[in-house]
Amino acid sequence: MIDYQSLRFDYTRHADQDAAAPARHPVVVVGAGPVGLTLAIDLALRQVPVVLLDNDNSLSSGSRAICFAKRTLEVFDRLGCGDRMVDKGVSWNVGKVFFHDEQVYRFDLLPEPGHERPAFINLQQYYVEGYLVERAAALPLIDLRWNNKVIGIEQQGDGAMLTVETPEGNYELAAGYVAACDGSRSNLRQMLGQEAKGRTFRDRFLIADITMDAQLPTERRFWFDPSFHPGQSVLLHKQADGMWRVDFQLGWDADPVEERKPERITPRVRALLDSIGFEGVQFQIGWASVYTFACQRMEHFRHGRVLFAGDSAHGVSPFGARGANSGVQDADNLAWKLAAVLAGDAPDALLDSYASEREFAADENIRNSTRATDFITPKSEVSRLFRDAVLELTKRHAFARSLVNSGRLSVATVLRDSPLNTPDADSFAGAMVPGAAAADAPVRRADGSTGWLLRECHVARFTALVFGTGDAAERSLQALNASDLALHVVRVEGHGTDAELATQRYDAQPGTVYLLRPDQHVCARWRQPTAANLRAALDHALAKA
Amino acid sequence: MTPMQPQLITTPNLEAPDDFYEALIEAHQGLSTEESHAFNARLVLVLANHVGSLAVLREAFDAARAG
Repeated sequence: MIDYQSLRFDYTRHADQDAAAPARHPVVVVGAGPVGLTLAIDLALRQVPVVLLDNDNSLSSGSRAICFAKRTLEVFDRLGCGDRMVDKGVSWNVGKVFFHDEQVYRFDLLPEPGHERPAFINLQQYYVEGYLVERAAALPLIDLRWNNKVIGIEQQGDGAMLTVETPEGNYELAAGYVAACDGSRSNLRQMLGQEAKGRTFRDRFLIADITMDAQLPTERRFWFDPSFHPGQSVLLHKQADGMWRVDFQLGWDADPVEERKPERITPRVRALLDSIGFEGVQFQIGWASVYTFACQRMEHFRHGRVLFAGDSAHGVSPFGARGANSGVQDADNLAWKLAAVLAGDAPDALLDSYASEREFAADENIRNSTRATDFITPKSEVSRLFRDAVLELTKRHAFARSLVNSGRLSVATVLRDSPLNTPDADSFAGAMVPGAAAADAPVRRADGSTGWLLRECHVARFTALVFGTGDAAERSLQALNASDLALHVVRVEGHGTDAELATQRYDAQPGTVYLLRPDQHVCARWRQPTAANLRAALDHALAKA
Repeated sequence: MTPMQPQLITTPNLEAPDDFYEALIEAHQGLSTEESHAFNARLVLVLANHVGSLAVLREAFDAARAG
């Protein structure tokens, strides 16, 4: 078994370092974390050669982002590495919230059947990065360079010139576009004179990985003011390999150096385990860290030829698992647009929609994350008064339970106001509005085999979902043919239960067509489209009209 | 025609104003100031749930702020 935590990657000298004039590449991605790797793989699958630079030669140190959301798994599926993640990770849908030592609230993030993926898996970030690195290694179009640190950038009209530091000295690299996926302390952001602005929270949290042999349901447990850690909150979560994540709120006055020492962590964990009936269970402490956080973002995610994605562009509190998950959605959004622009299929303006769509998403994530943080760590006396009042009322009143906020967990942002959407001309009910990420559902293929709707979508192209059979469906198929567009057509049909969930989720009738972008977001839908409707919607989704 | 938005009632609406006021003060009997604050916070939440409409509650916040 590979120990991804201690894995080191070899720096190798690249011919670009000896080039007389700086070599030019269409895309350079800076940062080989979950976001940069996702973006690089997605670009390569779209036939875009990509140089991926990382400033060190190892994967994530510690488990860090452990909660990977359904939407992220669907992106990983598209990239060809979702199965490994899900097989290794711990799947979960249910969260429980305790006040003092009593359960006051339970939520199920995926209460309906008919989805391939669970609401979440918990998997240490080093596994996610390791599996992505291995996926990238199988794609010849990805040129991953370890120990290549960007120390300078100069924007030019048609690209950017990077100065890269290596163990063997510096070299220059020209890029058509640069994706800055270099994390919350982004060097590129600083070098461009930009900053992320927002709120910093005055509270400290201890996060630790512990390994133990304990049988607990795979659910998220969150305590407010438990007897084993009075006055503060605690989170317990299972990861792969019998590892558990504990997160103790410590307050602002805690000493970050002292608190991460094993002799300080042990009694806290012991008290937690004793209180949940694991008095005899032994445990080992692994990676630990004391963190603070800020909810913030850059004003603009695009600066000329540089596009910011992930933590470099925006930051949230960990409650809600909206950091890495939103970063993967950034990459998912950016890859097909960059590929379309580089292929000459779309104008450069399409990249402006990357910025506007993901700035909108960041605002939603920051809003949710800030609200949870205000509930978990109230910032004023009156805020604490109401928080405690809510928790007290939960014991007897169901309404109060809906106010308990231990984190509203990451879901795909509905890009409702996106300039790429074609507004509905027909009447539809349900959640699949233009801008929504397509919902999964079971499907039966023409040959009788069963599968999943999202797996049927094209990995790189626009997909048209055509629902039902009969004359109406035939007319829609004729319109698709007549449009002469390079669309991947998926027919959703069948008898009885075969297509029932898909039909419900998309409020479909025979002939209904949904146009999905390459990132599986709905961009247009009709009851009975014409070829002209389809052409106009596609042009619109490519920022051509 | 658009449906009428629910509106905050600021005209007299209490069934028995003096009885209500007496009951409110009595409900705080025996509580310390701190306990009274906690009581009031719970009371606001209970009443807010009864009202339900965010628009009405926002009007109520404005009315309370204006004093």
